[in-house]
Amino acid sequence: MKKAIQLDERDNVATVTDDVSKGEQVEVLGPMGEVILDAKPVEDIVFGHKLALRKLGVGEEIVKYGEVIGVASKPIMVGEWVHTHNAESGRLPTSRLEAER
Amino acid sequence: MNEFYGYERPDGGVGVRNHLLVIAPIDCSYEPARQVASRVEGAVAVTQYHGCRADEMLVNALVGTGRNPNVAGILLFGLGCEALTNDILMEGLEDTGKPIESIVIQEDGGTIRAMEKGVRALQRMAQEVGEQKREAFPLGELTLAVECGGSDATSGLAANPAVGVATDRLIEEGGTVIFSEPQEMIGTQHILARRAVTEAVAEDIYEMIERQERRLSAMGVDSRYMSKGNIDGGLTTIEEKSLGAIRKGGTKPIQGVLWNTWDRFDVPDEPGLYLQDGTGWDVPSVTHMVAAGAQVVCFTSGRGSTTGHAVAPVIKITGNPKTFENLGDNMDINAGTILDGSESLNSVGRRIFDEIVSVASGRKTKAEALGFRDYVVFGRDRASERLLGHC
Repeated sequence: MKKAIQLDERDNVATVTDDVSKGEQVEVLGPMGEVILDAKPVEDIVFGHKLALRKLGVGEEIVKYGEVIGVASKPIMVGEWVHTHNAESGRLPTSRLEAER
Repeated sequence: MNEFYGYERPDGGVGVRNHLLVIAPIDCSYEPARQVASRVEGAVAVTQYHGCRADEMLVNALVGTGRNPNVAGILLFGLGCEALTNDILMEGLEDTGKPIESIVIQEDGGTIRAMEKGVRALQRMAQEVGEQKREAFPLGELTLAVECGGSDATSGLAANPAVGVATDRLIEEGGTVIFSEPQEMIGTQHILARRAVTEAVAEDIYEMIERQERRLSAMGVDSRYMSKGNIDGGLTTIEEKSLGAIRKGGTKPIQGVLWNTWDRFDVPDEPGLYLQDGTGWDVPSVTHMVAAGAQVVCFTSGRGSTTGHAVAPVIKITGNPKTFENLGDNMDINAGTILDGSESLNSVGRRIFDEIVSVASGRKTKAEALGFRDYVVFGRDRASERLLGHC
């Protein structure tokens, strides 16, 4: 079965390790390599891209590596592909401002 | 495994190799220097390509390489009229207690005579060095450099996190780890700063990465920029990209920033994790971490970088199973087993850790066995650094 990896238990996205098709069963592996859940992508997702593990509202933080990698710019469903079309960087080029946010 | 077998140096350092280093302080004397090194077993020649100036950053890199404990003996091989003289290097090296010889082509009557003298000097050193035996040392004597290059989507997913497991373990064993490439830390400074052991170290982390952002901005590049290849590969934001890169440094507290400027070239003063104010350019990045004392290098590469280093063994780790197959002659460790679930992250991390200890004790890496002796000193432009307020 095709796999997706959740790198940290706090992550709300997992990265697919193969091209996966809409509706296909995908095993999500946790950080220890154990199967944590079965996911069904709602659209095709290519290798190295992210799949949402839970529903995310606009402005909600996207977490990977246990850290915030950006925010949802559109509502995201479970199993949806998460990328630049529905997520964006939350950062400003001035780092200290960012730390204060 | 909490010991490795290394060579003790007169200054207390522990080498994992017994290299003889020929330093041409200027590229003008590099060709004969290289030929001298090629005549004696275990010798390797290095130089810098930044012109005829006694620039402190260049001195620091060359001196740092000579001070690295993997170097058993040194031959300085100068031309004679250069600004960066043998004497300047000698000043930074003589307190190591290592055997050092100095030869100047213009004083020794041309290259043939200078080379003959150089070969004899190295021959003597090689004979003496050959007598040295490896002894057991605690892993606390080990400094590891971690680097990534030729990255792909598997780097942040498999290879870097697996190396991070190994670096965490080495630090738990009392060892030291350095990682660099400030450009690849952009967007994660608040995360790295949170791990700083003191407020002053946190400030240094911000300062180091902001300097890199200022350099990019001066070149007209938005520091949030990501290439089309990055985005096509699945990276959505700069934070995500940088997190994947810094994962190779593990999760331990950060002891300090190792500044690499005209005023100072820092080396770790106690065990733990350090960030170096270096470059994102692979070979110079490794060169400067080795100059700061790293005896072993872990280098992750999704696409398959094949470089080694003049005096430090470089362990190549790929997260891409296809690269491991395709570049089997160059990749030491396959971390791609994480991707199909056949091996856990921790298990791959353990394999990498074991390989670090084996290599430290004498096992040759693939790049090393093939004789790859990459070495490039990087310099910064003092005028632009001054305009940016960095010096």
